[in-house]
Amino acid sequence: MKILVPVKRVVDYNVKIRIKSDQSGVEDSNVKMSLNPFDEIAIEEAVRLKEAGKASEIIVVTIGPEKAQDILRTAMAMGADRGVLVSTDLKIDLGGIEPLMVAKCLKALIENEKPDMVIMGKQAIDDDSNQTGQMLSALLGWPQATFASNIEIDNGQANVTREVDGGLETLKVALPAVVTTDLRLNEPRYASLPNIMKAKKKPLDNKQLSDFNIKLTPRLKLVSVEEPPKREGGEIVSNVDELLDKLKNEAKVI
Amino acid sequence: MNVLVIAEHDNKALKPATLNVITAASRFSGNIDILIAGGNCQDVAKEASTIKGINDVICMSDAALEAQLAEPLAEAVIQIQGDKNYNVILAPASTFGKNLLPRISALLDVQQISDVIEIISPSSFKRPVYGGQAIATFESNDEFKVMTVRATAFDKASTEGGQATIEEISFNSPKNFGTAFVGLEVAKTERPELTGAEKVVSGGRALGSKENFKMIEELADKLGAAIGASRAAVDAGYVPNDYQVGQTGKVVAPELYIAIGISGAIQHLAGMKDSKTIVAINKDEEAPIFKIADYGLVGDLFEILPELTKKL
Ligand SMILES: Cc1cc2nc3c(=O)[nH]c(=O)nc-3n(C[C@H](O)[C@H](O)[C@H](O)COP(=O)(O)OP(=O)(O)OC[C@H]3O[C@@H](n4cnc5c(N)ncnc54)[C@H](O)[C@@H]3O)c2cc1C
Ligand SMILES: Nc1ncnc2c1ncn2[C@@H]1O[C@H](COP(=O)(O)O)[C@@H](O)[C@H]1O
Repeated sequence: MKILVPVKRVVDYNVKIRIKSDQSGVEDSNVKMSLNPFDEIAIEEAVRLKEAGKASEIIVVTIGPEKAQDILRTAMAMGADRGVLVSTDLKIDLGGIEPLMVAKCLKALIENEKPDMVIMGKQAIDDDSNQTGQMLSALLGWPQATFASNIEIDNGQANVTREVDGGLETLKVALPAVVTTDLRLNEPRYASLPNIMKAKKKPLDNKQLSDFNIKLTPRLKLVSVEEPPKREGGEIVSNVDELLDKLKNEAKVI
Repeated sequence: MNVLVIAEHDNKALKPATLNVITAASRFSGNIDILIAGGNCQDVAKEASTIKGINDVICMSDAALEAQLAEPLAEAVIQIQGDKNYNVILAPASTFGKNLLPRISALLDVQQISDVIEIISPSSFKRPVYGGQAIATFESNDEFKVMTVRATAFDKASTEGGQATIEEISFNSPKNFGTAFVGLEVAKTERPELTGAEKVVSGGRALGSKENFKMIEELADKLGAAIGASRAAVDAGYVPNDYQVGQTGKVVAPELYIAIGISGAIQHLAGMKDSKTIVAINKDEEAPIFKIADYGLVGDLFEILPELTKKL
């Protein structure tokens, strides 16, 4: 079984972002960039399936700038076999490449690579769209299982437990299918130094987004990016009685 | 301008977030129809017909839609869209809407707008990005607009006074979608539902165990509050996954939010910082949660919590 894992390069989740003073976007120079956390979970899951003998090959794909090679190398150090970089100069967080374009590009790659399964993040932590996996699955006409917290592969099918608002839902999907990951699916490993060295020699294919037959004009024009309304920290109360008094008589919420 | 709201329901009753979406839909000043798609969901259609501001209730009841899986539901919406040509399609930004709407968008070749918090004009919208650290304004030049709506950003439409007609449409997609529903494990609770609750008491990693988390439950019950949690508390198994508040969990905006033993990571704040009054209890006076709390109490939760519950 061949697994394809689309991954995105995003501002590291620990970084407090800065908004450009002209409100045109988010500062990205000299900012730590990382693999989107949900995509790390997707790679980990694919690697575990390979270790369990269920998968034979793992391909990681990213659409982004030349520099996004670094996350493909990280993915390969975690255990992916090869990488594909689809290069573009367009912005990938806001006001450039959009989920629908990403899904169309991935569809074209998938028709070529013919994986049996796509595992990807449920959400990129920059645009917070939570769309690409569902869109890809619709374009391919494949089943989808989003927000997965458990995946079991059995006989050409995947049993997937999904984290939904009401609790946990279980689906059985026929492969090939698109599965998107939630936080509790697994805990991604750290790449060891020898594996980081080995990953440098793994194959990395370079393609150009402009060579795909996809219209590259965004449907959503980014008008501005602003600070959210500031919330002023209030006061520190000294004990429970004071807290209760404030809640009763000042905030009037109890 | 014709607007379609896709209702979230469990084949018996509407989920309250649907009402917030209807208020968002009313910003487009056009006819609003609501789709109730499911299995044996006629009661829900009846319930929806009295909501203020609804034109038509479209009821599509079919065994293939009963589990409300994204694949058949998306086809159902595409079928209806083919007949009615709506300009705007909306659903709540819940796991239901997030699962379904991008599928519909892709099939209609539209770039969806997720988690809309403000409708500035029929083609211009605000939404939070970067875990709520920024608010982006977008202008959509798609012919149709497809969007999920953040319920907490809009009031609820009134459930009375409406007299919508109910139109039954049959689902004509015979496809096998390759997806089968196996089961739903519902975390039963007598407490208010988290996303709609007026008061929420949330616990974090500091609670230390499932047993200790009962202290949060006792306080919540005294207040008639729903219970929430940080990711760390969920990961540690103190509470089920559907209690998680944050960027990747639920978004809440109650009148009162009490965060106990929660540090206030950006990802947690993303789900609760629009609450009206925020109380933080934490032993570390430097904890980031104090920067956004209206009332902070520095101290050991194992001393404070029992006292607070007792004095209420
Ligand atoms: C992609 C991604 C998505 C995420 N999504 C979410 C999300 O949706 N929701 C979410 O919550 N998190 C999310 N997180 C995790 C988030 O970054 C934090 O790790 C998490 O919120 C921390 O939980 P916590 O505050 O309970 O734990 P900690 O950060 O460990 O904080 C515990 C706090 O308890 C205090 N404390 C300890 N003992 C006591 C005591 N006896 N009395 C009083 N106070 C005490 C400590 O001072 C500390 O401030 C996400 C992370 C990533 C990477
Ligand atoms: N530029 C990209 N290149 C490759 N994969 C991507 C890209 N953007 C998004 N994805 C994938 O789609 C998932 C969901 O992203 P989003 O829909 O933007 O929230 C991510 O977790 C990735 O797996």
